[in-house]
Amino acid sequence: MEHIRTPKVEQVRLLDRFSNKSTSGTLHLTATHLIFVESNADAAQEIWILHHHIGSVEKLSLTTSGCPLVIQCRNFRVVHFVVQRERDCHDIYSSLLRLLRPVSYEELYAFSYNPKQNEQQREEGWQLNDLGAEFERMGVPCDQWQLTDVNRNYKICETYPRDLYVPIAASKPIIVGSSKFRSKGRFPVLTYFYQEKKAAVCRCSQPLSGFSARCLEDESMLQAISKANHNSRFVYVMDTRPKVPNPDMASYLFPQKYVDILSPSVCVHLPPSLQLNAMANRAAGKGYENEDNYSNIRFQFVGIENIHVMRTSLQKLLEVVGTRSLSVNDYLLGLESSGWLRHVKAVVDAAIFLTKAVTVEGASVLVHCSDGWDRTAQVCSLGALLMDPYYRTIKGFMVLIEKDWISFGHKFADRCDQLDGDPKEVSPVFTQFLECVWQLTEQFPQAFEFNEWLLLQIHEHVHSCQYGNFLANNQRRREELQLKDRTHSLWAFLLSEGQNYLNPAYCPAYAETHPVLEPSTLPCHLKFWRNMYHQFDRSMHPRQSVLKNVLTLKESNRQLEDTIKKLEARLQKHGISPPTPDPQAPPKDQRTLPNHTRPHSLILGAPLSRKEAQHQEEVGEEAKECCSDTERTVEGSSGSERKESYGDLQGTYGAKVEPTVVSLEFGVARMTC
Amino acid sequence: MEFSEHIKTANVEDVVLRRPFHPPMQGTLCVTGHHLLFSNRDGDSSRLVLLLLRNIDAIEKRPSGSSGTITLKCKDLCVLQLDIPGMEECLNIARSIEYLSSLDIVSDMYPFFYRPLKLSLQDQWGLSSAEQNYAQMEELQDRWRLSHVNKDYSVCPSYPPAVIVPHSIDDETLVKVAKFRQGGRFPVLCYYHRKNGMVIMRSSQPLTGANRKRCREDELLLQAVIDGSGLGYIIDTRSNQQAQQARMTGGGFESKSSYSCWKRLHRQLERGKVLQESLIKLVEACGDHSHSVDRWLSKLENSKWLSHVHTALATAGLLAECVERDGHSVLVHGSEGTDTTLLVSSLAQLILDPKTRTLAGFLGLLEREWLLAGHPFQQRCAHSAYSHARLRLEAPVFVLLLDCVWQLARQFPLAMGFSEPLLLRLAMEVYASDYGTFLCNSDQERCAAGVKERTHCLFQFLLKPSERERYSNPLYEPTELAIWPSVQPQSLQLWRGLFLRWTQHAVHLEKAQEELRNLVIECRGAS
Repeated sequence: MEHIRTPKVEQVRLLDRFSNKSTSGTLHLTATHLIFVESNADAAQEIWILHHHIGSVEKLSLTTSGCPLVIQCRNFRVVHFVVQRERDCHDIYSSLLRLLRPVSYEELYAFSYNPKQNEQQREEGWQLNDLGAEFERMGVPCDQWQLTDVNRNYKICETYPRDLYVPIAASKPIIVGSSKFRSKGRFPVLTYFYQEKKAAVCRCSQPLSGFSARCLEDESMLQAISKANHNSRFVYVMDTRPKVPNPDMASYLFPQKYVDILSPSVCVHLPPSLQLNAMANRAAGKGYENEDNYSNIRFQFVGIENIHVMRTSLQKLLEVVGTRSLSVNDYLLGLESSGWLRHVKAVVDAAIFLTKAVTVEGASVLVHCSDGWDRTAQVCSLGALLMDPYYRTIKGFMVLIEKDWISFGHKFADRCDQLDGDPKEVSPVFTQFLECVWQLTEQFPQAFEFNEWLLLQIHEHVHSCQYGNFLANNQRRREELQLKDRTHSLWAFLLSEGQNYLNPAYCPAYAETHPVLEPSTLPCHLKFWRNMYHQFDRSMHPRQSVLKNVLTLKESNRQLEDTIKKLEARLQKHGISPPTPDPQAPPKDQRTLPNHTRPHSLILGAPLSRKEAQHQEEVGEEAKECCSDTERTVEGSSGSERKESYGDLQGTYGAKVEPTVVSLEFGVARMTC
Repeated sequence: MEFSEHIKTANVEDVVLRRPFHPPMQGTLCVTGHHLLFSNRDGDSSRLVLLLLRNIDAIEKRPSGSSGTITLKCKDLCVLQLDIPGMEECLNIARSIEYLSSLDIVSDMYPFFYRPLKLSLQDQWGLSSAEQNYAQMEELQDRWRLSHVNKDYSVCPSYPPAVIVPHSIDDETLVKVAKFRQGGRFPVLCYYHRKNGMVIMRSSQPLTGANRKRCREDELLLQAVIDGSGLGYIIDTRSNQQAQQARMTGGGFESKSSYSCWKRLHRQLERGKVLQESLIKLVEACGDHSHSVDRWLSKLENSKWLSHVHTALATAGLLAECVERDGHSVLVHGSEGTDTTLLVSSLAQLILDPKTRTLAGFLGLLEREWLLAGHPFQQRCAHSAYSHARLRLEAPVFVLLLDCVWQLARQFPLAMGFSEPLLLRLAMEVYASDYGTFLCNSDQERCAAGVKERTHCLFQFLLKPSERERYSNPLYEPTELAIWPSVQPQSLQLWRGLFLRWTQHAVHLEKAQEELRNLVIECRGAS
C-alpha cells in the first residue's frame, strides 16, 4: 500500500478506443486492482484491471480536457483515461509504474488471493493433474521406457521436472553425458508416447556441437530412442528453427548492412549475439545434429521463427488492429505485413509434420529448438493434441499444458513478464499456442470438448498471477516458492465452472472416427482471432452469441429434466405411479425458471460464474448488465460509434436529441426499437 | 428450339467423373437439352449426377492421347472434371455444353420445361402483390397512395405496374417526373418506418445534364415526401465526383439550390465491371491453394471484395440511421437505380424492419426490392466468376447482397428467421435454376415471356413446409429492435460457406452446423 499515493480520483473520463464515445467516473487504486466506476447511477459500469495485467502505462501530454493516461494490458485490453488534474494523473501514473513492476514473487497476487476455499479444497485443487498418471495413461513405463530418478534433485537439469522418462537402454552415464552436451542440460526425454505404434515424441534442447564437436553419450541417447521403437529404423530429429534466417525478417530486425551477409554460406560471421537460427547458433558453439555422427536419424528443419520475431510480429499486429477508422484494405495489408498468421501456420505445419511422422510412419521423433522450452513446447503439445483425442477434452487439455508447458519449464515468468525483468525475454509464445489451438477448434468444431472461452480464460490467468500454476520459470523454483502450499490452482477453479467451457457441438464419437486430426493450413483457412485480440472491444463482436444461447438451452433443458424427476419422485411418494414421462409438459410455474440460468455474457456471451466473488468482480462489469435484461441481450455499437463508422451525419446536422434508445447493457446501445 | 441439332454425341460410356468430396466415379455421360447426366452402375446400386447446363460458367478441354478431359467450372463455384475416352466424343460434348450452357432465349431455358410432380402451374406465383402490400400498411394510407400509372409499363419499363407515391402527386405529374429520371424510374416508396412515419424512397438519377435542367414536378414530388418533417436526405451511391461527371452524359444529381430541403450524402459503391472483377479475383484467390499466407492476404486485399461488403453495410447503416435515429426520410439512388440502390435500400430494411427478417419476410423483401424493382438479373447473372467470355453487363450485386446479409446474420445469429443454407441456395439459384423466379430483367419481361404462367416460383417452393424447415433458423428469437451491424474490418469475415464451399474443410463445418442445429431443435422441442 505504501506505493499508492492517491487511492481515488474523481471525474475521470474513459474514452472508447474506436469511437468518440466517452464515459466519466471515478478511478480507484487498490493494492491489487485499478478500478474505474462509471458515475452513471442506473447502470454503473465497473472496470477492474489487475495490476499484473497491465503491460504498460503511458502518460500523454496535457490537453485542454485533462491529462491522458493510456494503459495497455497483457490480455489486450487498452484503456484510455483522461484525468482532470495533472497532479492526480501523475500520482496514478507513478504508483502504477511501481505496482506493475513487482520485484519479488511474494508481491504477486497469487500469494494474497483467497477464493474462500478451505485447506482441503485447495490441496485437492493441486492434486487434480497428476503427470505420473498421465504417463501411465499413455502406457509408460513399459518394456522400452522407464522412469528415471537422475533428476530427482534437479541436479542434471534444473529446468526439467523431477520425474523424467527415458529409454530402457539409456543408462545414467549416457544421460549425464548427453545432458552436458545439450544446452541448459536439457537432454532428450519422453513427452508423449503413441501407444498404437510404440512411437515416442521426445524433446530436448540443441546440442552444443558447434561445427564439429561430438558427444558419444548423446549419440547413444538417440540410438536408445531409436531402438525403443521397433516400427521404424530411424528417428526424426526436428529442429523447429529455420535453417537460414528469413531475409524479410532479417531486414526487419537488423539494419541493412547486416542483411547482405545473412546468407547460409557466410552467416557464420554473424555476431553470436544475434542468435538468429540454427546456423547462427553453430557459430556460437551450439547447433544441430550432424547426420554423419548420428546413425539412423533423419534431420529436419521446420522453420518457426524465434521469440523476438514473434514478439515484434504480434506488436505489429496489435498496432494495426488498434488503429482507429481502419479500412478493410489497410487491415488486410496490416495482417499480412505483421506476419502473425504466417507464424501461426508455421507452428501448425510443424505439429502436422510431427503427427504424420508418428501416426503414419510410426517413427519416433525428437523435437528441439534452441533451449527447448518455446518452440519445442508449442510443437510437442500441438502435435499431441492432433494425435490424441484425450487432450481435446477439458481435463486432457489442462494435463497437456501442465505437462508440456509447466513441468517442462516454459519460462512463464520471463515470457509473460511476471516480475520486472528483461523485456527481450518477453514473448507471446504461449498465446500463440492458444491461438493455434483455437484455429484447430474452428476447423474441427466437433472435436473439442471445450470452447473458445476456456482458451481465453487460461490466457487471462497466465498473465493474472492470481493462481500459482504459471508462476516462475520452472518446477524447481515453484517448489522453492512452495506454491502448492501458498497459492491456489487455476485448474480447480476452471473445473468448478466447467459447464461454462463446454462446446455444445462436441461429439465424443468424433474421436473414434477421427482419432488423428488432419488440419488444413491453407492460408484461406486461417482467421484473425478477434475474440482474443479485441476481447474487450465490445463493439466489434457479434451482438448475439450462438454459443451462449445453445449452452443456455442445454442448461435449461437439464433443469427441466431435473424438475420432472423430482415431481415424479414426489408423486411416487404419494403413492401415485407417474404417467409415462412426458418431457413436453413441465408444470407451468417451472417454465419461467430457466431465465436466470442464462450464462452471463462477456463478449462472446461466454459465461461466467458467480461463485467466485473476487473473480466476478474482476470481469463483472459485463456480467452485471446482462442480468438487467436477459431477454433482450444484444450487444452492439453505440449511437456515437455508429456515427463514427457510418459517416458524417453528426457533422452535417449537429447534435440531435437522442431518440428513444433502449439501452440494453453496458451503456452501449445495440438494438433500438 | 431444336436442341438435338446441337447434340452430336448424346451418350458416352466409361467416362470418369471427378468432383469434390467424392472418389472418382466411372459411368455413362449423357447430354440433354438442359442437363448433363452422369449415371454409374456399381453392382446393384446406381447413382445419378445431374448438372444443369446453365450452371456451367466455363469449360476447358484438354486432349490427352486418344481421350480428352473436360473441366467444368460451375457458377456455384464447384469445379468438376470429366475424362472422356475418344477425342471426337470429347470435342462434341464440349461443343454441346458450350452452346447449350449459354442459351439466351428465355423461353428455351429449363424453367419452362421443369415439371415436378409436387408442384402445379396453377399455384400462386409470387408471394404478394403491390395491392396487398399497400393494403397491409394502413398507417401510411392517408399520406401515400397506390398509383397504377405504370400499369402497361409505359411510364417506366423496369417498374412494376403499381407503385406507392405521395397522395398529393397525381399520375400526370408522375409521368413528367419519370421523364426527368433515367429509365423513367421516378421516386417511389420502398419502406415506411412505422415508428416515426419516415420513409425510404428510391429512384434513378435525375437527368439534369450539363446545363442543370430542373423539373418542377420532381421537386414537387420530393417536397411532398418530406412534407411536414422539414428535411430529407439523399444518399447517392456514387462519389461526388462521379455524380458531377454524370452530368456530362445527361445524368446528374439533385442540386442544393433546387432541392433546398434535401441534404445529399455521397457514398461510393462499386458496381458493374469493377464488382464483377472483384468477384473473379476473389474466387481465383480462393481456388489457388499454392500460395503463402502473405500472398493469400494480399490477394484477398487485392480483390477488394470485403471492402465492397464494408461499404455496402456502412452505407445501409447510414441510411438506417438517418431514418431511425435522425428521424428523416431518405431518397436513395445511384445512376440507373437498379443495382447499388437496391442493395442499400434492402439492407437498410433488414436493419430496421423485423418483418423482413423472417424467412417469408426476407423472400418478400427480395421480391419487392429486387424482382419487382427491376434488378436486371438476366444481364447481371449471365456469367459468374470463372467465365472467360468478355464481360458485358455482368455484376454480382445480388451475391454481394447475400454476403452482406450473411454478415448481418453472423453478427445477429438469433435475429434472422432464415439460415445460411438459404443464402447459399439463393446464391446458386440466381445463376442457374429450375425455377422461373430469377429469369428476365424486369417484371415486364417476365410477363411478356409468360414466366408466371409457364414456370414455377422459387419463393413459393421455398416456403413449402419441408423446405421451410430446412432453411429456417432454429435459434430464431424474433426481436422488434433494429440490428446495427459493426462494420469494423475486424468484424467482417470472408464468407467461407460460399467462397470456400468446395474444400474438404467445409465438410467439417457443415456437419458441425447440422449437429448444432439438431441439438437446438431437440432442446427447443423438449422445453
